[in-house]
Amino acid sequence: MNVDFTEVSVRDVSRHYGRRRALARVSLECRSGEVLGLLGPNGAGKSTLLSILATLLAPSSGEVRYGATTAKEAGAALRSRLGFLSHDLHLYPELTARENLQFFARLYGVPAVGACVADALELAGLAPRADDLVAGFSRGMRQRLALERALLHQPRLVLLDEPFTGLDDASVAALVDRLCGLRRQGRIIVVVTHDLDVAERLLDKVAVLKDGRLAAFDVAHGRIREHYRAHVAPGRNPEGGLVPPKPEGEGG
Amino acid sequence: MTMFFRVAGLVMRKDLTVEVRSREIVYTTIFFAVSCVLVFAFALVKDGRPLEDAAAGIMWISVAFAGTLALGRTFERERHSETLRALMLAPASRPALYVGKLLGVVLLLLIVEAILVPLVGLLFHAPIWNCPFRLATLLLLGTVGFSAVGTLFAAMLVRARSRDVMLPILLYPITIPVIIAGVRGTAALFEPVPAVDLADMWMALLAFFDIVFVTLALWTFEPLMTE
Repeated sequence: MNVDFTEVSVRDVSRHYGRRRALARVSLECRSGEVLGLLGPNGAGKSTLLSILATLLAPSSGEVRYGATTAKEAGAALRSRLGFLSHDLHLYPELTARENLQFFARLYGVPAVGACVADALELAGLAPRADDLVAGFSRGMRQRLALERALLHQPRLVLLDEPFTGLDDASVAALVDRLCGLRRQGRIIVVVTHDLDVAERLLDKVAVLKDGRLAAFDVAHGRIREHYRAHVAPGRNPEGGLVPPKPEGEGG
Repeated sequence: MTMFFRVAGLVMRKDLTVEVRSREIVYTTIFFAVSCVLVFAFALVKDGRPLEDAAAGIMWISVAFAGTLALGRTFERERHSETLRALMLAPASRPALYVGKLLGVVLLLLIVEAILVPLVGLLFHAPIWNCPFRLATLLLLGTVGFSAVGTLFAAMLVRARSRDVMLPILLYPITIPVIIAGVRGTAALFEPVPAVDLADMWMALLAFFDIVFVTLALWTFEPLMTE
């Protein structure tokens, strides 16, 4: 079964863990060539939503449609169109960078594994260290490798959980460029991030989650910080400080 | 079908490569199994004469304890970087992933048994060379049955907080038929005149348990692993 799709829609999705509600009736959609950002405080349900989109979790109610199909209908064929970079990176530290990529390329049935892995190592900037164990890599190097692992099989839907964590400025810029390239290729990208600078540069759509509910969706570009301040961190200055800036004219 | 075995082989090879690099599980499991046999030898061998029929029981208890340790550590490794989730995300057949993990555990336990069995033979004066092929078959069948259930439970419990406690609690009651058949079959082979017919009967029973356990595990692995 060959599955392809140009949009993903989340319809009234709820998810409960026992009596605890992680997501409540969330609806949103994202189309080919768009980058959707999920913002929200810790525990807002962002990672749960990402896991549901990745088919790792089944929603308690509601449904996720990948074009005309659902995870239940398409099964493994759908999983071959999804790429997921989790916060945990999904790499084997006892294997080398090359071995990690080869293993996952074969698992995904990627044709021409050797060339594909060589390209991925080049894109991750790890070609000179291809045969080093991942255990010896820095967080940033692992992050870059994990991203290429998630993209090896050319997924249509790319799901990224805080991909900018632990990256230096140059690596963040490189990752933003890479994601812009994927957007131009018509991929659908969903990113969980707390980095507002990146959000403003990269995202086409923003969904703000709070306490499992969708607090705002399709936020206009210029209003991301405003929504962040309102829903995510009311006591936090989105410019980076812990104290909100004082209004002009107010004395100390 | 070719794809099924290709994926199973891929997962097994990956597990073995990781183990060859770290040697963590094989060393700790062998150390634990050997310690177990030595403790039993101090308790049950008096004046150089072991307790009658003790060897078969000691051997299988040590295999079960070492197996539990190996199962826990194998899946702890997958939990560490959440790589089990990466396996579950792959478009590969999930039962094939299960078979790959199972083969890795079985191979690991067979290596442990290759050291354990001669040690039991030496310390408990067990005639392990009476029927070596039957003994090897018995061990293989018992190991597959034990690992089939163990792999399923260890995968299920990988994210449970009390997984180290839960694994033996769930595993031992269900694998008791396998362990009993293993002990009785081995004891039959360790008789001064090996009771081959009796051992064959226990072996047939073990093969039956293996078929039942592997079939049930293949059937339930996918729904159990979907959160």
